Amino acid sequence: MSTIEVKKITKKYGEFTAVKDADLSVKAGEVVCLLGPSGCGKTTTLRMIAGLERATEGDIIIAGKRMNDLPPEKRDIAMVFQFYALYPALNVGDNIAMPLHFEKLSKEEQDNRVNRVAKILHLTEVLDRMPGQVSEGEKQRIAVARAIVRDPNCFLFDEPLSRLDVELRHSMRGQIKEVLSNLSKATVIVTHDQLEALTMADRIAIMKDGMIEQVGTPHEVFAKPANVFVASFIGTPQMNLMEADLKSFGNGLASVALAGSAVEIAADPAVSKLKPSKVMIGIRPRAFTAEASARKDTIHAQAELIEPMGAETLVHARTKTGGDIRVVVQRNQRIRIGEIMHLKPDPKQTHFFGENGRAVRS
Amino acid sequence: MSTSTSVWEKLGFRKASGVGEAGWGQTLFAGIVSLIYFLPVLIIIITSFKLQTEALAVPVKFFPTSFLGLIPEQYVFTPTLENFTSVFSRAFTTGGAAESTGFDRFFFNSMFIAGTSVLLALVIGTLAAYGFSRYPLKGNDTYLFIILTTRMLPAIVVIIPIILMFRVAGLSGSYAGIIFLYTAFNLPFTIWMMKSFFDELSPDVEDAARIDGSSELRVFFKVCLPQVVAGLAATFVFGLILTWNEFLFALLLTGVDTRTVPVAMNQAVAGGGIGVLWGLLAAIETLFLIPVFLVTFFLQNHLLRGVTFGTVKR
Repeated sequence: MSTIEVKKITKKYGEFTAVKDADLSVKAGEVVCLLGPSGCGKTTTLRMIAGLERATEGDIIIAGKRMNDLPPEKRDIAMVFQFYALYPALNVGDNIAMPLHFEKLSKEEQDNRVNRVAKILHLTEVLDRMPGQVSEGEKQRIAVARAIVRDPNCFLFDEPLSRLDVELRHSMRGQIKEVLSNLSKATVIVTHDQLEALTMADRIAIMKDGMIEQVGTPHEVFAKPANVFVASFIGTPQMNLMEADLKSFGNGLASVALAGSAVEIAADPAVSKLKPSKVMIGIRPRAFTAEASARKDTIHAQAELIEPMGAETLVHARTKTGGDIRVVVQRNQRIRIGEIMHLKPDPKQTHFFGENGRAVRS
Repeated sequence: MSTSTSVWEKLGFRKASGVGEAGWGQTLFAGIVSLIYFLPVLIIIITSFKLQTEALAVPVKFFPTSFLGLIPEQYVFTPTLENFTSVFSRAFTTGGAAESTGFDRFFFNSMFIAGTSVLLALVIGTLAAYGFSRYPLKGNDTYLFIILTTRMLPAIVVIIPIILMFRVAGLSGSYAGIIFLYTAFNLPFTIWMMKSFFDELSPDVEDAARIDGSSELRVFFKVCLPQVVAGLAATFVFGLILTWNEFLFALLLTGVDTRTVPVAMNQAVAGGGIGVLWGLLAAIETLFLIPVFLVTFFLQNHLLRGVTFGTVKR
């Protein structure tokens, strides 16, 4: 079976810990994205799976076999690199055929396979060119072709689309997803682009400072962020995270002092277990409705900066305590600078985070 | 910018746009400077076609023909190939049969010794450089520095211990000895140059090759080496020029049979008691120039890429 199992792997460079106790399991046919800001250890994790780095601790099990001590060439994996890593001295066809070298195939069979993947990825015309003579998008497709020409245990992608321009990135995302769905292999994709992760992954593992913060489906990590970091990292525009004083909880309503207003918000029952304390409240910019007048469940804010985004408009508003609040409203809803807004958060999309930064949820 | 033509522009020194091709003035200026640099070589080549009297004539006879009377007679010499024939065999002034000067042997020695030692250094140095670049030791930089220190002393300082060691080891005057010495002498900069070429390569490509199932040897030969061909060419030519022209070690460590051209040249032209034979000297030098010139000429495309390697961002 084509699976990847990563158990408590740690990578240390001298004193510095790049990855700490990372757990990850990828089923056959599943695409998992490692998502995180630069330097969070996601590429290191991928390189440990590939065997390009040795894990300091922990186990790496590919296709049911512990592979910690095997060099990359013995792991039977395919990897696509950020900068494509095409062999400059070989033409495109030979580049794609390179992984076949060790399978002792006849020249004919090799050509067949190369032609087959070249067809899938629309590379037939450029097979005789050198890597320096093809476009950036073609280079990317060559790198993918080289990975899928063989039948490896699993696929690893290191920031596969980061070098492409926006349009190309969009179409390649679809193409890669389609190619992968036909292969039913365990796949790990490293990316710092959440849109890429949300669109391509079956599950997303969000990393920060060498630790995996949350693993879940794109829907889960968006709708139920496990902690403040995930909440702030996923979603554009960024979730509003505001400090608040939790006063009391009753009848499913939490009374909080939020941004200078005393607000009552319907909250998860688990919030009732919290003692009155400082909490962090997270509300997505699209989870507000503007009310005509101040109410018990609205936040008072003054529009300060208006950014039209096409279908919607992003409004930066200033709360009574001087905090910044981002609100997305429909295009037809005209807001003027200086206008006072009474913002009612959608209770279903309001997240409470305790003092330890973890989401309070039942 | 003013639209009027400045003096400099009239002289062909700058185009109005300030970019693009150089003006004719600049081209001419560059040509003159190049000629000044090339003059010594030109004089040697011209002299090699002159007899001794013409070689010593004042004013200098610079032209092989009068260009149909255009050049005054005193600047014109009669080209002769006598010097070139006497490089290889010479009738002595006392008369008698032509005798071999042994220069065919010396040319072979120079080519054999320089070629072998530069190639050897290239093979060993490239492997070492790859090691230093990809599998750094603890204190890698210190090792590299120590390697370079061997070239920091002038040759004259180390020559005496080397002569003594060669005597004891029985290497004096043998091909093995001088090739061994030149290889060692070429290694430091071969390692340094090749290391910088390897450092420039993207490690991703090698990782990709490993994942694609290549052994370390295959990674080196199939992936890395083809990418540094320009570097190999540049290092080879650089080493060849240094070794080809080396005089001091060759003078003291080669024997009669293993003498190289620079040493033989010195002895052939200065020994006669009738002053320096300028024509003969120039002929030997002209012949001596040819091999290095040919190698450099055929590798020039690689060389250009080699010396500009890494100066342009990927």
